[in-house]
Amino acid sequence: MPAPVALPASIDATEALLNQGDYVADRSLATTLFLALKMGRPLFLEGEAGVGKTEIAKVLAATLGRRLVRLQCYEGLDLSSAVYEWNYPRQMLEIRLAEASGTGDKEKLGRDLFSSDFLVERPLLQALKPDPAGAPVLLIDELDRTDEPFEAYLLEVLSDFQITIPEIGPVKAAEPPIVIITSNRTREIHDALKRRCLYYWVDYPSAERELTILQRKVPGAPQRLSREIVAFIQHLRNTELFKLPGVAETIDWTRALAFLDKVSLDPDTIDNTLGVLLKYQDDIAKMKGTEAANILRQVQQDMASLGL
Amino acid sequence: MVLLPDHTSGERSDSAGAFADNIVHFVRLLRASGLRLGPGKAIDAVRAIEIAGIRRRDDLYWTLFSVLVNRRDQRELFDQAFHIFWRDPKILERMMSLLLPQTEGTAEPQKNHVSQRLRQALLPGRGEGRASKEQKEVEIDATLTFSADELLQKKDFAEMTAEELDAAKAALQRIEWPFRPTRTRRLKPDDRGHRIDLRASIQASLRTGGAIIPLKRKSAGERPPPLVVLCDISGSMSQYSRMFLHFMHALSNDRSRVHSFLFGTRLTNISRLLRQRDVDKALNAVSERVPDWSGGTRIGATLAEFNRLWSRRVLGQGAVVLLLTDGLDRDGGTGLAREIERLHKSCNRLIWLNPLLRWDGFEPKAAGIRALLPQVDDFRPVHNLSSIADLAAALSHASDGGNRLKQNLERLVA
Repeated sequence: MPAPVALPASIDATEALLNQGDYVADRSLATTLFLALKMGRPLFLEGEAGVGKTEIAKVLAATLGRRLVRLQCYEGLDLSSAVYEWNYPRQMLEIRLAEASGTGDKEKLGRDLFSSDFLVERPLLQALKPDPAGAPVLLIDELDRTDEPFEAYLLEVLSDFQITIPEIGPVKAAEPPIVIITSNRTREIHDALKRRCLYYWVDYPSAERELTILQRKVPGAPQRLSREIVAFIQHLRNTELFKLPGVAETIDWTRALAFLDKVSLDPDTIDNTLGVLLKYQDDIAKMKGTEAANILRQVQQDMASLGL
Repeated sequence: MVLLPDHTSGERSDSAGAFADNIVHFVRLLRASGLRLGPGKAIDAVRAIEIAGIRRRDDLYWTLFSVLVNRRDQRELFDQAFHIFWRDPKILERMMSLLLPQTEGTAEPQKNHVSQRLRQALLPGRGEGRASKEQKEVEIDATLTFSADELLQKKDFAEMTAEELDAAKAALQRIEWPFRPTRTRRLKPDDRGHRIDLRASIQASLRTGGAIIPLKRKSAGERPPPLVVLCDISGSMSQYSRMFLHFMHALSNDRSRVHSFLFGTRLTNISRLLRQRDVDKALNAVSERVPDWSGGTRIGATLAEFNRLWSRRVLGQGAVVLLLTDGLDRDGGTGLAREIERLHKSCNRLIWLNPLLRWDGFEPKAAGIRALLPQVDDFRPVHNLSSIADLAAALSHASDGGNRLKQNLERLVA
């Protein structure tokens, strides 16, 4: 069992920690994350799809050597799939066994049936369990997909880190988990929940940071290609598209072009691989052909003037 | 170097105490500028700064930011407030002293790029006075005219009477919405349900010592889908805007998950303003907020803005869109067809309520109307719209003459 890794002691250390996990964070994110860790508050990450929200939790769990408990939210998420469930087949079997052995002690049967032996733990309950490596990282992913009642339930869990199971009693975390909540903003999360968290808006990265990310994530890609891709995508984000490409798309596109053995961008290649980058037909139709070629020309001029 | 603001006039001499005071002042400034910050936030901010150990100015900035800002649109205000306040935390006192007539002139030059809300928080009373002076009182009768010219003006709504209020509430109860409630995936106990609730069954079996396991059942619940109202407030619709706003306000307070938008030449989200329970206060706030009353119409451009910035945020979970417009568009419907198609594809159901059909001989000549018609699921014409009751009746299932009319009109268009 690896020794527990201590939480970072400063903002600089937090930045270094994320960096160590190949996550290129800017100062503002490192500050907020550091505070969340230090103050024991959940970190609420909001941002467009594909800007690396979920990745933060994964990197944090990996670099701190903690267990990652992930709760993927969806519509209709309820107690039995988020918190706990009883093992019904085993309970029924137990009832039959009690019957066969002829002990008709109702009280005892009730106690036995609803004891922790028959409890199936789901993510929220798992996250409260002690762990030799330190409190786990609890990732509540895409909270906006679930409904308001579940959000209200979370309020209680996140303020006390305690879950009450009627048949057993309260389960309280000895050490509160590190909670990361993400949202794609398909719905506004209630202010009451946000109030308990530290908020951070994950924005698209700057050109410089995006290039560093690419070099980390796709180390094999030619230097010139990476530069052109970043400049092209930065231009694209200034246009009025229905869905702007995120960092995930940048990485995918670079990988795709590296597979095609390209060393630089050209209009034909862009047209043929636009589907990796843009996911709406309207956007693709708008960009395809002259529009993309114009942006590319602009990018290449800019790079030439910088002497690259 | 430690970039802590200096505080000299305070009674407490220790710098930590003075610093905490400054934080409290800063939080109060933000609160006065409209950020919703409880007293607990000031304590959090002080603690955060103790932990972060501020060595750089931007560390202080991001530390406070992470504690005090919880919505993206608050960034700008926070940014301005931070730079004004932490350059000189005594700015409040100085700004206050500016209220005195003799020093009035000195503050003018740097105020220009400070947010109106922040300015009002710093100089209570003064900002408002200036704003209302600048506001021109424009009164024009723009009924049945439409244009793309931006005409920025305020609108005064007559206060709602108690009778009107009661009538509106009653009308709202009568509406039979032309869409079904969505089924929730979360299950609830139901004796006639199709699924077996094992937990409840086992629980019940204990009563008999496990001898019998009575089957308990459950089924899916139902709840109304989110409703998004897009209301046209251009000149040609101006006679209805008071009623529509009352309707939207009643709707926002009657059910959860209602989002309201107004559009003329630009798009404004008024959902939060309408959640205020007092109807007149809410409408005043809306009137203050919305700059393009009774101006022109740019349906295509405003819908494009809605699609780009809001559709993903409010159209989730099977939302129904209610479009209140006469479809008269000065841009001649350019881009409208594409945007309405995108809107139609993003929502569960698109209902169009059109008050222009006062004349029986209505023909879909306007380009906007021709673009909108094929994309709406439900077409609700209103021949005589004078009260919320009429509106409610038009939206109800019973008056389903609209779709026949829609078919006729579509044939005419073709």
